[in-house]
Amino acid sequence: MAKPKVATTSLAGCFGCHMSVLDIDDRILKLIELVQFDKSPIDDIKKFTGRCAIGLIEGGCCNEENVRVLQDFRAHCDILISVGDCATMGGIPALRNMVPLQECYEEAYLKGPTVHNPARQIPNDPELPLLLDKVYPCDEVVKIDYHLPGCPPSADTIWEALVALLTDKPVQLPYELVKYD
Amino acid sequence: MSDNLAASVREICKANGGDRTRLMDIVRAVQAKFGCVSGPAMEMIAQELKVHRVEVHGMVSFYSFLSEQPKGKVTIRLCNDLVDQMAGAAEVGQAFEDELGIKVGQTTPDGKIALEYTACIGMCDQAPAALVNDVVVTELSTDSARRIVRELRKHMDPARLVTRLGDGNNAHELVHAMVLNNIRVKGSLIFTPTNRGEAIRKALGITPAEVIRAVKTSRLRGRGGAGFPTGLKWEFTRAAPGERRYILCNADEGEPGTFKDRVILTELPDRVFAGMTIAGYAVGAEEGIVYLRGEYAYLRKYLEHTLQERRKDNLLGRNILGKQGFNFDIRIQMGAGAYVCGEETALISSCEGLRGDPKTRPPFPAQKGYLGCPSVVNNVETFACVTKILEQGPATFCEIGSQGSPGTKLLSISGDCKSPGVFEVPFGIKLSEVLKLCGAEDAIAVQVGGASGQMVAREEFGRTICYDDLATGGALMVLGPERNVLEAAEKFMDFFVEESCGYCTPCRVGNVLLRNRLARILAGDGEPSDLDYLNDLGQTVKIMSRCGLGQTSANPILTTLKNFRPAYNALVKKRTDGLQPAFDLRTAVADAERVIGRKSEHAHA
Amino acid sequence: MSATIEFTIDGKEIKGQPGQTILEAAQQAGVYIPRLCYMKGLTPWGSCRVCTVLINGRPQAACTQPIAPGMVVESSTDKVNALRRNIIDMLFVEGNHFCMFCEKSGSCELQALAYRLGIAAPKYPFMFPKRELDMSHPDVFIDHNRCIQCARCVRASRDVDGKHVFDFADRGAHRRIAVNAEAFLKDTDLAVTDKAAEACPVGAIVKKRTGYAVPFGQRLYDKKPIGSEIEAGVKS
Repeated sequence: MAKPKVATTSLAGCFGCHMSVLDIDDRILKLIELVQFDKSPIDDIKKFTGRCAIGLIEGGCCNEENVRVLQDFRAHCDILISVGDCATMGGIPALRNMVPLQECYEEAYLKGPTVHNPARQIPNDPELPLLLDKVYPCDEVVKIDYHLPGCPPSADTIWEALVALLTDKPVQLPYELVKYD
Repeated sequence: MSDNLAASVREICKANGGDRTRLMDIVRAVQAKFGCVSGPAMEMIAQELKVHRVEVHGMVSFYSFLSEQPKGKVTIRLCNDLVDQMAGAAEVGQAFEDELGIKVGQTTPDGKIALEYTACIGMCDQAPAALVNDVVVTELSTDSARRIVRELRKHMDPARLVTRLGDGNNAHELVHAMVLNNIRVKGSLIFTPTNRGEAIRKALGITPAEVIRAVKTSRLRGRGGAGFPTGLKWEFTRAAPGERRYILCNADEGEPGTFKDRVILTELPDRVFAGMTIAGYAVGAEEGIVYLRGEYAYLRKYLEHTLQERRKDNLLGRNILGKQGFNFDIRIQMGAGAYVCGEETALISSCEGLRGDPKTRPPFPAQKGYLGCPSVVNNVETFACVTKILEQGPATFCEIGSQGSPGTKLLSISGDCKSPGVFEVPFGIKLSEVLKLCGAEDAIAVQVGGASGQMVAREEFGRTICYDDLATGGALMVLGPERNVLEAAEKFMDFFVEESCGYCTPCRVGNVLLRNRLARILAGDGEPSDLDYLNDLGQTVKIMSRCGLGQTSANPILTTLKNFRPAYNALVKKRTDGLQPAFDLRTAVADAERVIGRKSEHAHA
Repeated sequence: MSATIEFTIDGKEIKGQPGQTILEAAQQAGVYIPRLCYMKGLTPWGSCRVCTVLINGRPQAACTQPIAPGMVVESSTDKVNALRRNIIDMLFVEGNHFCMFCEKSGSCELQALAYRLGIAAPKYPFMFPKRELDMSHPDVFIDHNRCIQCARCVRASRDVDGKHVFDFADRGAHRRIAVNAEAFLKDTDLAVTDKAAEACPVGAIVKKRTGYAVPFGQRLYDKKPIGSEIEAGVKS
C-alpha cells in the first residue's frame, strides 16, 4: 500500500513552524517511514503530484497568492491543519490589520526608516502579489480541520498530532503541548 | 468663555446641592447650556462634586444623548427602529441628509444642526418620527423632512415645528406636541374614569399591611414585561431593614415598539402618581422618583405641573389627606438615552448619577436599591393598576382577565396594521383576536414583546396574551406579507449591539457575533452549520448574560430559528468545495488594487 | 457563631460559612471554579461570566452568588464548560491577543483558562479592533488591545489603593478602561506599587521592565493548569 502523502506550505509566516517540523529530530526518519512528502518546501516539490492525506499550513493569508495556494491545498488535501498562531489567528503579520492598507504600503516602500527608494514609487510588478485588506486567519478563507497553536508549536506537538492522524486516533494533546507562544 | 463655563458649572452644581448622586441633572444642565459636556466641564464638575474626573467622564460617555464634543445647536434624532424603517425612515434620513448637505452622524459646517439616528423613541404608531432636541415630529415624509430643515434654518426654534397639535393632553399648553394618543380600544380598567384622590383615601383608611394584602389578593403582576408579583415585591421592601425606602416608577419605556406608558403619562399621570403614593404608604417610603426617559422630555413640564397640583391638593407632601405622619413626594429624574436603564438595577444606577450599568444581584432592589435603601421599582402601568385596585377593591380587578393573569393589559401595536395605537385588552385574549382589532388579519408574523420578545408565526396566532403563554410588556409589531422576518431579526440585533452596556462578556461580544453571522446568512453566504452556530451562540448569550438585556437579546435569532426555520433553510447552502463562502477575494484585494493601480488577475480570472 | 451551610457542587458535599459566595466556599473545599474578573480582596464584580454555574438548573455567577443550604450546583460538567469555552473564545476574538510577544504569556489567566478548557483556537472570527496603547507613565503601561474589561484595576485602585485611577468609559462594544486624566496614565496618581498595577489578569496593565523575566517552562501555567493549586489544597 502506498504511503499517505503530506504537503506543507508557508504563507504569511516566518518558516518557524517548518523549523519546528524539522525539530522532531531523529523522529523524522520514522515520519519518512509513515508518509511521503508531496508539495513542500522541505523537498522543494512545487506542484501537487496527487491527492494528499494531510496538508500543513503555516502562516495566514496576507496576499492574493496566499489565497491561491491555500485554496489549492484545500482542493488537494483530505485534512488541513493550521500550524501555528499565524495560520490560526494571523499572528505577527496581522499586527497590520489595525492599520489602513495605504499606510502599510507607504511604510514599507516609502516612509520606513531603512527604505531607500529614490523613485518614490510603490512598486507595481505583476510578480508582487497584491496585498489583501487584512491578514486573514486561514479558516476565514477555507475550511480548516485542526488547529495546532504555538509560535511555533513545539516539535512534540506537531509529532503527536501527525502520528495520531496517520494512525486514525483522535488528536488529544497533553496539557504541556497546547501553548499559544 | 471658560470663565463663563466655570461660573455656570459652579452654579449648576450648587443648584443641585453639590450632590454627586444628582450628576445626571447636572450634566444635562451643562449640556443644555453649552451643547456638550466638554473635558474642561467634566474636570470642573468633578472638582465641584469632589469626585474623580474619570467618574464624570465614564458617566457622560455612557448615555447617547450626552456628548463630550460640541454638536449642533439643534440635533435631529431620527428614529431608525424596525417599524420606522418599515415606514420609510431610510428615505426620510436621505432627505434630511440631502437638505442639510451632511451625512447621518455629522453636524453642518456652521455648527447649527446635527443629524443622528436613534433607537425607538416610542412613536411607532406614528412613524417615521424624530426628536428635534426635545420636540417630537411624527409621520415624517421626505417632504416634511426637507421642510423641517428649511424652517430650522430660518428660526432655529424646534418648538415652532409643531404646527398641529395632537389629541387629548398632547394639546395641553405645557405639552404642546403633535403626538397622537391613538387610543383604539378602551378597556374596563385603565381607561375608565376615576375619582381623583379616592384610591389614596381608601388606602390611608386601612393599614399598610392591609394595602399590601389587597395588592396581593389582586394577584397584580408587573406590567413591564418580567411579571413579578407586585404585592410580594412590596412586602419584601417593607420587610427589608433600612432607615429610608424609595418608590421608583420605571418610565424608561425603551423597548422598541412600546409606547403605552407615554399615553398613560399623557392622559392619566394622576393615576400613576396615586399608585406611587399608595406604594409609599404601603412600604413606608417618603420619596418617589419617576425615571422618565430622555425621549419623553417633552412631557416633563406637564408632569411637573401635575405634581404641583397634587401638592396643592395635599395628595403629595406632608400628612397627606390629613393622615398624620404620612409624608410622600415625587421627583422626576430624566434619563439620557440608554435602553438598558429600563432594567431596574440599571435604572437605579442612573438615578444615582452613575453609568447605567446594572447592579449585581443579590441584593435585589427590595433589599438594597436606590442609595442602598430598600426600593420598589414598578412600571408606569403597574402603578396605574394599583390605583384602580385600591379604588375598586381587588375582587373587581380579578374579575377581568384570565385565571393566572388578572386585569387588563395595554398593548402598543404598530407596523403593518390598519389602526396602530394603544389597545386595552383583558389578559387571555388570543393573538388572532388582537390582530383583528387592529386590522392586521394578513400578518405573517408578529414580534410580541418588542425586540427582546419573540417572533410569532402565523401558525401560532391562536396563542394568548398572558403571563403563562405570550408574556409581554405589550409591544406588538406586525409584519405583513411583504416583510422579511430575518431582516427584522437583524434590525433587532443591531439594536442590542447598540444598547448593550458592555459590562458582561456574552452580551458585549456575543451580540456582535450573532448580528454578524446573521448578516452573513442574509448576504447569501450562509451554510447549514451556521444555524447551529447561531443557536449555540444565542444560547450562550441567553444563559451566561448578567441582566435581562443580555438574557433576552438573542431572542430575535433564537425565536426565528425556532419559528421560521424554513426562511433560514432557504438562505443557506451546503458547500462541498471546502471554501469559506463569506471570503470574497475581489473585496479583499479592492484596497490594494486602488493603491497599486492594477487589477488582480487572480480575483478577476 | 456561624452554623455551616451545606450544599453540593457536582455531587460533592461542600460545607461553607454564611456570607460566603459559591466561589469562595468551593475554593475553601478544594473545588476550583474557573474565573477571570474575581480577585481575592476585591468587591465581586460578576462581569466575565466565566464562573457561571447552574444552581438547581439556573445560571448564576459563582463569584457573586451567596451560598444557601441544599443548593445543587453544577460546575465542571460538559454543558457548563462548553458555555465557559464560548466566553473565553469571545474574549480572545474581541481584542488583539498576540500571545507570542505578550509579557504576560505563560502567566496570563485568560490564556491559562483556554489551556485548561482545551481550546486550540477560538471558534468565532477575530475582530481585530483598533485599540490604543498608553506608554506615557514611567513605570506602567496600558495596552488596550489585551484588555478584557474585568475591572480588577478599577476596583483595586478604588477599594485597595484608595485612589480612582481607572474607570469605564463608553458602552457596549466600545466600552473601555479610561484613566483619571484628560488622556494619559502619566497624568494620574498611579504608583508602580499600587495594587492596581498588579491586578490585571492579562497583559493589559503591565509594569515596565519586568517582562520576559521568567524562562519558558517555569512560568505560572506552563506545567500545570490554572486552579491546580486550589485543587491540590484539598485535604481529604
